[in-house]
Amino acid sequence: MIQYIIKRLLQTIPVLIGVSIIVFAIMRVFSPDPAPIVLGQHATIEATEAWREAHGLNEPIIQQYFTYMGNALQGDLGTSYYTKQPVTQEIFSRFPATVELAIAAILFASFFGILIGTISAVKKNSIFDNLGMLLALIGVSLPIFWLGIMMIIFFSGTLGILPSGGRLNPLLQPDHVTGFYIIDALLSGDMAALKDAIHHLILPAVALGMYSMAIIARMTRSSMLETLEQDYIRTARAKGISEKSVIIKHGLRNALIPIVTVIGLQLGSLLGGAVLTETVFSWPGIGSYTVNCILKSDFPVVQGVVLLIATIFVFMNLIVDIIYAFLDPRIKYSKKGD
Amino acid sequence: MSEQNGQEQVLEKPESQLKEIWYSLCRNKGALIALGIIVFLIFVAIFRDFLMPYDPNYSDMGKAFQRPNSEHWFGTDQLGRDIFSRIIYGTRISLSVGLIAVTFALTVGTVLGSIAGYFGGKVDTVIMRCMDMMLAVPSILLAITFMAALGKGIDKAIIAIGLVSIPEYARIVRGSILSIKESDYVQAAKVIGNNDMTIIFKHILPNVLSSLIVRATLGISTAVLDTAALGFLGLGVQPPIAEWGDMLGRARGFIFSAPYTLIFPGMAISLTVLAFNMLGDGLRDALDPKSRNK
Amino acid sequence: MMLEVKNLTTEFKQKKGTVRAVNNVSFSVAPGEILAIVGESGSGKSVTSLSIMGLTPGKVSGEILFHGEDLRKKSVKEMQDIRGDKISMIFQEPMTSLNPVHRIKDQLCETIIRHMDLSKEDALKRAIEMLTLVGIPSPEKRINDYPHQMSGGMRQRVMIAMALSCHPELLIADEPTTALDVTIQAQIMELIYQLREKLNMGVILITHDLGVVAESADRVIVMYCGRVLEEASVVDLFANPKHPYTKGLLASIPRIDDQQERLYMIRGMVPNLADMPAGCSFSDRCDFCMDKCRQKMPKLKEVDGRAVRCFLYHDEEEETE
Repeated sequence: MIQYIIKRLLQTIPVLIGVSIIVFAIMRVFSPDPAPIVLGQHATIEATEAWREAHGLNEPIIQQYFTYMGNALQGDLGTSYYTKQPVTQEIFSRFPATVELAIAAILFASFFGILIGTISAVKKNSIFDNLGMLLALIGVSLPIFWLGIMMIIFFSGTLGILPSGGRLNPLLQPDHVTGFYIIDALLSGDMAALKDAIHHLILPAVALGMYSMAIIARMTRSSMLETLEQDYIRTARAKGISEKSVIIKHGLRNALIPIVTVIGLQLGSLLGGAVLTETVFSWPGIGSYTVNCILKSDFPVVQGVVLLIATIFVFMNLIVDIIYAFLDPRIKYSKKGD
Repeated sequence: MSEQNGQEQVLEKPESQLKEIWYSLCRNKGALIALGIIVFLIFVAIFRDFLMPYDPNYSDMGKAFQRPNSEHWFGTDQLGRDIFSRIIYGTRISLSVGLIAVTFALTVGTVLGSIAGYFGGKVDTVIMRCMDMMLAVPSILLAITFMAALGKGIDKAIIAIGLVSIPEYARIVRGSILSIKESDYVQAAKVIGNNDMTIIFKHILPNVLSSLIVRATLGISTAVLDTAALGFLGLGVQPPIAEWGDMLGRARGFIFSAPYTLIFPGMAISLTVLAFNMLGDGLRDALDPKSRNK
Repeated sequence: MMLEVKNLTTEFKQKKGTVRAVNNVSFSVAPGEILAIVGESGSGKSVTSLSIMGLTPGKVSGEILFHGEDLRKKSVKEMQDIRGDKISMIFQEPMTSLNPVHRIKDQLCETIIRHMDLSKEDALKRAIEMLTLVGIPSPEKRINDYPHQMSGGMRQRVMIAMALSCHPELLIADEPTTALDVTIQAQIMELIYQLREKLNMGVILITHDLGVVAESADRVIVMYCGRVLEEASVVDLFANPKHPYTKGLLASIPRIDDQQERLYMIRGMVPNLADMPAGCSFSDRCDFCMDKCRQKMPKLKEVDGRAVRCFLYHDEEEETE
């Protein structure tokens, strides 16, 4: 198992190098010159030149890349063109917000996705199944940002029960420990802040998680249907255990194996969807920040964020494979080559 | 599951297979409704100039923010433009970006996947590693990055969205080819002395067709969604062109004062995406012999 | 009688109409008795057993009396209490009948804890006892295995241990040896035979293998297309088969004492349940087929403590179904 993990870790290196090359190429070869955007249209030629020189943009592109990667390996992703702050600091000050949102969204998506998918499979072709699958179809068809807007109109506007954006009432800011407001509020025992943080989290998490929920519900249904036809389900029933145990302990437990893959992949793509959700809900995470940086040609930040997300994505895949081994005892990684 | 299907269908002739899919599709109510919606959308896209009651770009500030009424069915936006006309105008943009981007991705993906799957070895490794790299970044983030580099415009949106969906098609084609490559009839074609290109185009690709059709149909819905997302983020079309996502992005500030400016463009996106998803699902059911018999 | 099945009928709704997989079947099992139900695939023998267990999705009618109480009238909960406890079952496919993601001990203890008032430790002890009983070497170690780490024969032993772990009064064994090697087959049958004596339980042995029947069963029911064609004690059936179908089945077993060049083969195919011939369901394949066989279905007629469903043994015309 450990051998397998090491092997997989080594395999991620070329992928990440490739991603860095792709992003670097897009940002520095194909993108327009950032100098006039950063300095404004009226900057003098001398000032522009000086700025380019100072940011190493006059070096040959290959050298720029190696300089960048050399620094990156030491944990230095450069500094933002605008704030002049280290990119790592810019990212990590916003990262907890995005992670909090993504985790809330994947929890929502997994819980309801598995629930709906399981009910649909167990009550196949019933009204529950049809409604569940209709919801799943709508879930994969609604644009995240529009769903968010509609929820704001309804829950914040019409009903007025949930906030329309932001992460927390600034007056309730709990002591900074982890940067995750819910955890921070719990640690400091600040119930008002906790409640407020959760209130702010509900709409963005549902908007972001809806698509994944739909995908997970569909996967769960088909996986459950296949599992429920297996011989060991009949054996479990013949043992006299309750139908609930049959479905959860023997059905869902086996059906879960492919579902976990889907959840893992969804968590990766949630980080992409966060770009849209954070924009809609003015959520102060890396998603909305990245969009701004792309629009302003803040190369170092964009490169840093894309590399970070790609790293997370690749590691998620690895984690999924490891969870696989725990869920399915038949898998033995140490013996298998791949 | 799709691999199994691929193998079972290997023995069928592609033409009769398509016919059977069509019949099975006709028995699926959802897919027929979806097909109806898509035909309607294509009709709107083609004849948009005759269907728009107003010039979509004509701005009359005196008429800004009119609620839906008999004159302006969907109301007017912040610049007094007729939202109904703008949505009709945007239909062609969304559909054409979707169709062209998918066609582009399908073509490039099929070529890359065929080469990787058929020749294997180092070529395979290089191509598929590149695909893995692209898959390691969420597609919408990659598309945004591309758009930032390329600049605004429909043509650029097509390229950005097309590029990021290449890996999916390459993977499908490669996977299917790997499973078909060793089959007896491809071996037989080789023995007779057909060259590689003939074998790929005449013997292998027709068998991959079914899963590609499904993937491409679902791909159109993703492309329409991505187009709208780019527009929403202000990375889509140049103003004042009416594009659904762009309309949403620009009206976002009026979420509480004029919600109708946001409701209708979003419904247009959702309906289009829903239709292609339903058609894609119907096609998949039609292609899956397991569900066909039920 | 411990188990009495009266006029059991199980129907499945299909697109082309309702299909009767089990048609008016009656039989009984006494404690310590092995009743074999013999038939080809599609004869309804497996559906019969699942109907008794209350595990078939089809529509069941008739009476299934267990100690005089009709199992069909039991609630879902009451049936769950009976399944795995008083009545338990082992299946044809040992390779797929155990859940691949749970350890053997968890699957064994699940049944034991469900039906017996035992702590986890005691349940584990009992599970090890059961594995010892069915002849699994070093059960303390093997109990931590996952199913894929065991051979087919071992898995079937585990299935038997699981089925017997709560001292059932009735064991239904649905083709318990079909998927196994010949040598393992004999071991498993020997095991069931011994345990039946040791625990004095009734056994319904479902099989298509007459060899297995001859060695172990007390009484035999021959089923064909959902109906019982013949019922007799093993001795009577093998010594003097009455129904042409039974005769055909027996004639198609190779025998050491026989000098026949070629084995007998029943001509034709088992008819589709949705498309049955009028009259006797065996008529199309029968060497003794008469005109009335093609029009009417004969009744199961009792003769000398055994029963047969064939016009060859009928005196009167009206004994039809």
